[in-house]
Amino acid sequence: MVSANIDVAYVAQLARIHLQPDEKQKLESQLAQILEYVEKLGALDVSGMEPTAHAVPLVNIARPDDLQPSLAHEDALRNAPRQAGGLFIVPKIVE
Amino acid sequence: MDYEAVIGLETHVQLKTRSKMWCGCPNQYGAPPNTHVCPVCLALPGVLPVANEEALRLTLRTGLLLQCEIPARAKFDRKNYFYPDAPKNYQLTQYDQPSTRNGHVEFEFNGTLSRVRITRAHLEEDVGKSTHFERHSGVDFNRAGVPLLEIVTEPDLTSADQTHAYLNALKEILQYGGISDCDMEKGMVRCDVNVSVRPCGTQALGAKIEIKNMNSFSGVRRALEYEIPRQIAAVRRGEKLVQSTRRWDDVAGVTEEMRSKENAHDYRYLPEPDLMPFEPAQDWLDNERASLMELPLARKQRLMREYQLPAGDAEVLKNNRALGDYYEPIARLSKNPKLLANWIINNLQARLVEIMEKEKTEQASLGLEPDEMKFTGLADLKFKPSDLLDLVEMVARGALSSASGQTVLAEMVASGKAPSAIVQSMGLAQVSDAGAIETLCDQAIAQNPNPVADYKAGKEAALNALKGQVMKLSRGKANPAMVGEILQRKLRG
Repeated sequence: MVSANIDVAYVAQLARIHLQPDEKQKLESQLAQILEYVEKLGALDVSGMEPTAHAVPLVNIARPDDLQPSLAHEDALRNAPRQAGGLFIVPKIVE
Repeated sequence: MDYEAVIGLETHVQLKTRSKMWCGCPNQYGAPPNTHVCPVCLALPGVLPVANEEALRLTLRTGLLLQCEIPARAKFDRKNYFYPDAPKNYQLTQYDQPSTRNGHVEFEFNGTLSRVRITRAHLEEDVGKSTHFERHSGVDFNRAGVPLLEIVTEPDLTSADQTHAYLNALKEILQYGGISDCDMEKGMVRCDVNVSVRPCGTQALGAKIEIKNMNSFSGVRRALEYEIPRQIAAVRRGEKLVQSTRRWDDVAGVTEEMRSKENAHDYRYLPEPDLMPFEPAQDWLDNERASLMELPLARKQRLMREYQLPAGDAEVLKNNRALGDYYEPIARLSKNPKLLANWIINNLQARLVEIMEKEKTEQASLGLEPDEMKFTGLADLKFKPSDLLDLVEMVARGALSSASGQTVLAEMVASGKAPSAIVQSMGLAQVSDAGAIETLCDQAIAQNPNPVADYKAGKEAALNALKGQVMKLSRGKANPAMVGEILQRKLRG
């Protein structure tokens, strides 16, 4: 059984999503349903299977260490809300 | 009660590749901001990362150099957090299946061998560089996506000096192995330092304090020299230390606590769906292992063993890889490898420095920046290494005085001629003919009655004055050892 009291507020904060109180309630029950659904997998016997992060049987996909053209500087900054001195300008955030 | 420090490090090192980790933008320092960027490293919608095979190779090579296990399978994960220098809002890193783990680094410290266990060395990507202004911050993404190796140690270090020695040893291994240039000025190496204190002899670890983002080894040492006594004093006062993060203020020379977040970091790691796992093939690994160079410390120990070099000389030849590589092939052929090392380290290096100073002045007058200057190195010398070997053997067997040897070396550097030819044309061959030296000694004794009297009165040092006279009469060519012997015999007799 999945706990029904999933901390939606905390997860939303991690994802930087701002929720109204009614949205929080709605999502809480919806997320609980989703997790319950995924939980069904727990019923399967997987004791003989290797855990994997991928279903596709491919490994070692890589590229040679070669240079490709970068974007033109103006194009790179074209969608920046603000720019100055060639930099993307963002709100001041100091950790 | 006495306290001891327990120190562990996380060292981030930029790998020496041509291109970035997931795209073909240049991995190159110093370009104007946001000129080495593309849709992949700016995380524009719809892009996919493709791993740089050279970065993977360098990671595994590092693992081998640090005596790590190479797990059969490695994968990448997303480490989620929001900060303007991370364009994807997550950093790609290896969370629970790193490319390498459980290794160690050995290095000399305080005259003994220290060993630090390496928890893991995993591959990840660097982030952009923020510059903070009065009201805003600016971000340059040239560095975003540069392959970054994170090398994590177990808490095996116990002092600021030992930590400093470990970092130097690590840097040396990485430079030797061609893994990274480790240029601190260019931010290629950065460290997070974890340090706690506990009563001596106890096992439990104290509260871990992390000093973040150190960008110089001397800074790490000074931060620890400040932080360890600070923690000990706090504990002695009865304060309870709590796990926290601090920043080193290099100007003030203090660490200060960083504003702690309301929530501890919760990165919600998840496997990167856009990258397949990596499984290094055994024969490929065997090849890499076979092509590994000798570790710097092992080289030093071998130089001392095989050529009976003093530790100081072996250290110089270890630190300067090119010099060591110049030395070894001729040392193997030499009857006097110790003397040969001495000539390379002192006389040959001195010549190279001399040449470099001259070239620096010339190139500066042509308006070249220090970055663009090129200097004559060992590989550019006009004479062959075997010529230097011949020269040193001549000095060793007394055919040439040490002083004349210097003259010959200068001429070899200038003209590239073989030493025997130079000795002949300049008439420098050392006189070891006893008869000829006796004549010169007689002459010197006759011309210098005062030192003769002094010596006979028991003043040993007076012999040197007479020796000097004989050398002068021979124009520096008399064999000094023989001069000393003959003078002594004549004066005592």
